[in-house]
Amino acid sequence: MLKMQVKKETSLIRPFVVCAVLRGIAFDEARYNSFIDLQDKLHQNICRKRTLVAIGTHDLDTLQGPFTYEALPPPEINFVPLKQVKHFRADELMEFYKSDLKLKKFLHIIEKSKVFPVIYDRNRTVLSLPPIINGAHSAITLKTKNVFIECTATDLTKAKIVLNTMVTTFSAYCERKFEVEPVEVISFDGNSSVYPDLSEYNMEVPLSYITGSIGVPLEVDEVTSLLNRMQVHAEQAGLGGNNINVSVPPTRSDILHPCDVMEDVAIAYGYNNIPKRKLSSLKPLPLNQLSDLIRYEIAMNGFAEVLTWILCSKKENFEMLNRKDDKTTAVVIGNPRSSDFEVVRTSLMPGMLKTVGHNKDHPKPIKIFEVGDVVLLDEKKDVGASNRRLLAALYCGANSGFELIHSLVDKIMEVMGTPFVPVGNSAGYYIELSDEPEFLSGRQAKIIYKGRRIGIFGIVHPEVLNNFDIPDPCTFLELDIENFL
Amino acid sequence: MAEDAILGYLATHEEIPDSGQFASQHGLHHNDVVNVIKSLHGFRYIDAQDIKRESWVLTDEGKKYAAEGSPEVQLFLAIPSEGSIAKDELQKKLDPSLFKIGCSQAGKNKWVDMGKQVSRKVQHVEDKVKDLLIRIQDGQTLGKEDINSLRARKLIVAQTWKGYSVSKGPNYAPKRKKVATDLTRENLQRGDWKELEFKEYNFNAKGPPAEAGHLHPLLKVKQQLKNIFLQMGFEEMPTNNFVESSFWNFDALFQPQQHPARDSHDTFFLEAPSTTRELPEDYVQLVKRVHESGGYGSRGYMYDWKREEANKNLLRTHTTAVSTRMLYTLAKQPFAPKRYFSIDRVFRNESVDRTHLAEFHQIEGLVCDRGLTLGDLIGVLNDFFSRLGMSKLRFKPAYNPYTEPSMEIFSYHEGLKKWVEIGNSGMFRPEMLLPMGFPEDVRVIAWGLSLERPTMILYGIDNIRDLFGHKVDLSLIKRNPICRLGIN
Repeated sequence: MLKMQVKKETSLIRPFVVCAVLRGIAFDEARYNSFIDLQDKLHQNICRKRTLVAIGTHDLDTLQGPFTYEALPPPEINFVPLKQVKHFRADELMEFYKSDLKLKKFLHIIEKSKVFPVIYDRNRTVLSLPPIINGAHSAITLKTKNVFIECTATDLTKAKIVLNTMVTTFSAYCERKFEVEPVEVISFDGNSSVYPDLSEYNMEVPLSYITGSIGVPLEVDEVTSLLNRMQVHAEQAGLGGNNINVSVPPTRSDILHPCDVMEDVAIAYGYNNIPKRKLSSLKPLPLNQLSDLIRYEIAMNGFAEVLTWILCSKKENFEMLNRKDDKTTAVVIGNPRSSDFEVVRTSLMPGMLKTVGHNKDHPKPIKIFEVGDVVLLDEKKDVGASNRRLLAALYCGANSGFELIHSLVDKIMEVMGTPFVPVGNSAGYYIELSDEPEFLSGRQAKIIYKGRRIGIFGIVHPEVLNNFDIPDPCTFLELDIENFL
Repeated sequence: MAEDAILGYLATHEEIPDSGQFASQHGLHHNDVVNVIKSLHGFRYIDAQDIKRESWVLTDEGKKYAAEGSPEVQLFLAIPSEGSIAKDELQKKLDPSLFKIGCSQAGKNKWVDMGKQVSRKVQHVEDKVKDLLIRIQDGQTLGKEDINSLRARKLIVAQTWKGYSVSKGPNYAPKRKKVATDLTRENLQRGDWKELEFKEYNFNAKGPPAEAGHLHPLLKVKQQLKNIFLQMGFEEMPTNNFVESSFWNFDALFQPQQHPARDSHDTFFLEAPSTTRELPEDYVQLVKRVHESGGYGSRGYMYDWKREEANKNLLRTHTTAVSTRMLYTLAKQPFAPKRYFSIDRVFRNESVDRTHLAEFHQIEGLVCDRGLTLGDLIGVLNDFFSRLGMSKLRFKPAYNPYTEPSMEIFSYHEGLKKWVEIGNSGMFRPEMLLPMGFPEDVRVIAWGLSLERPTMILYGIDNIRDLFGHKVDLSLIKRNPICRLGIN
């Protein structure tokens, strides 16, 4: 077995080294590139840019063991580095690589040290100056048959993982497939270890842990079959057991705990096949949530919220608004104590106008709104009546505020994400002159939302204002927000 | 005044044949009359026909001669009736311009003898030119020849006079009705609202832009998400601490100290305060042990765990740091299941581009209970995302240092017709939960996503810097719709 002797000084700068040999490799261009690529990727991630581990690969036939891993003052190290023809001292090499785009990033790992790590063979040929560069002498070519791999490191666990990754991957190309030749690493204190350490890590995992974590009822043989498909060796532990013996191969250094095994089972089973189990939760009421969102938007437009009575008199609900009571709209109370409780409102208008009427001395302009329910007779409901959620807004001032309310309509549509479209288009909203008696002729419009009339706004007719004892012009808007759901 | 005059006149007369005459008859400026006629015509109160008249007016020079006499006559009069006068002297007597013209005209008319001495050739002359000019001033018409000669001398210019003949129009009324643009308090008080005619309102245009208050779209979405979490029974975690130690941000989550995420190019490490002043020592020892040598059924990372690394302060890279603190506190009490959530700012030392910022908002939810399974995680994810309108979900294996199993969450985007990643999730590792002191059968399932990504998709914004920060266009904040997430 080839040997690597570790000298004491290495513990000053880069204490660990592990090695292995792959025999009878037949390189072609593709395999060669892949070989280099794997080392680059490992250097980049798990080796943390060579700070934790650095890989050196060499043509074994150009070298003679035993090897030594030493740390020497830079001027004492002299060799021809890869891609060069002349000799360099290690200190000169540091200077030289300061302008090398690729290598200058690694100089910091050793440059401040009094001693640099270096690997020699028995003939004092330099294999490498880790983690910077290999020697040109032992460079791997397409003709190389036998490969010597050395990994120097500051973290032994990572070094072993990296070495294992290299050999398990590339031993596929050995003449005797998947055969790796070990190397003995002898420490300066006499202790020795043989690498690579391809021992399997064994775990006994209860079946209940696996099924209980995933949430799928599986038998032992199903689990072992899934694990074996994931290339994790598993078999039932003992007879009639509910435990599984898992042997974690050296290629799976990520498996630390039974939970890693459990994940493999879940992946093999298929995440999308796992039945979902719903946890208890609550549902919102869309209409109420929407009402609140709209209320905030109207308030942000400078309107004050009012909350008016749902019950009112017949006159207030019809006559005083210039509206006709055809007896098909309103819910009528049978035993009202007074006329104030005769009907259930079918519109927010009377309440809003009454509010203005009782606030004649309030500084103008008055801008108020309400989002609330009205009740309409409804044959489709079991009781014959249903609530509708309406929004109403009112402006009262020295002039009518018609344009301001028009702007409010545009704003409401904007916050509902509805575009303004030409008349007749049902992809959005538009407004059209209307002709209702509660508003002034020529200054009122109905709002058509996605092809449906959902509301109306206009200057309140002076006769109506007079009925409510309001001396100043008002513009009123009312629309049904249930249409937005 | 002019308006009343015109309309009043037409009440008793068929027409006004000539606006010019009408103006002078009524002591009005013709210009005022013309303006009123145009306005009344626009509203069809009257019909008007154009009248054009060519006339001649005196130029300034012409006016001068009309007043003082023509140059040739002035010259003539300057010459003594008997004898002669030296040309030089004659020149001194007159204006240089008069002299020049006078000489040439007087010569043409053969009135004088021009030489070194100048004398009259005739006895007296008539100032025909002055005469003609005065006649024009008076408004008389002259013969073509005379006109041409005056025009040639630039003493008169042509002027076109425009006027109208006016008769009653289809909307005639003896007094103009005022068109109102709005109903005012005065209208109501006077009661004249009944006679008001309104100017036509353009319902095909939008109203003027309103002045109003607005809320930020990102925070509207945050509010809705918060409501969704609350309805699902999740309690909000306190996240008002941006400065965190590496211990709570990484180590306690079983994230090894050599992990790339702990690199300075992904995390903002702090210069001040550079290290944390306090850590729960007993717990730190347990965490150190599980990193170095495992335990609780794990083989650990087998590396040297360094206290100095854990002490380093940073700006939290995920709100999972807060979750970790909450779980640690929860574990100290007799066990009761809990659901937590948070939506708050995290910091990543990444390069800024169209979809990445150094600071953004992370949404995190976690459930802690006995016997939770992956099936529960899938269930809670389905519930959560379907409330956001995403009910077609698929899960893909992923890797996080602190969850095992880990799943990437994909949702089917109807518009793009493809599966789009919407979040990350997993079950916390035992190496994280057991050192905290949780019983072995307690599991924690958790998931996270960014707030910015769904907001950008909902509001159709494609550059994250247009969404928040100071480079935002304020009009974007002013015109965004309400967020209906969670409302059906």
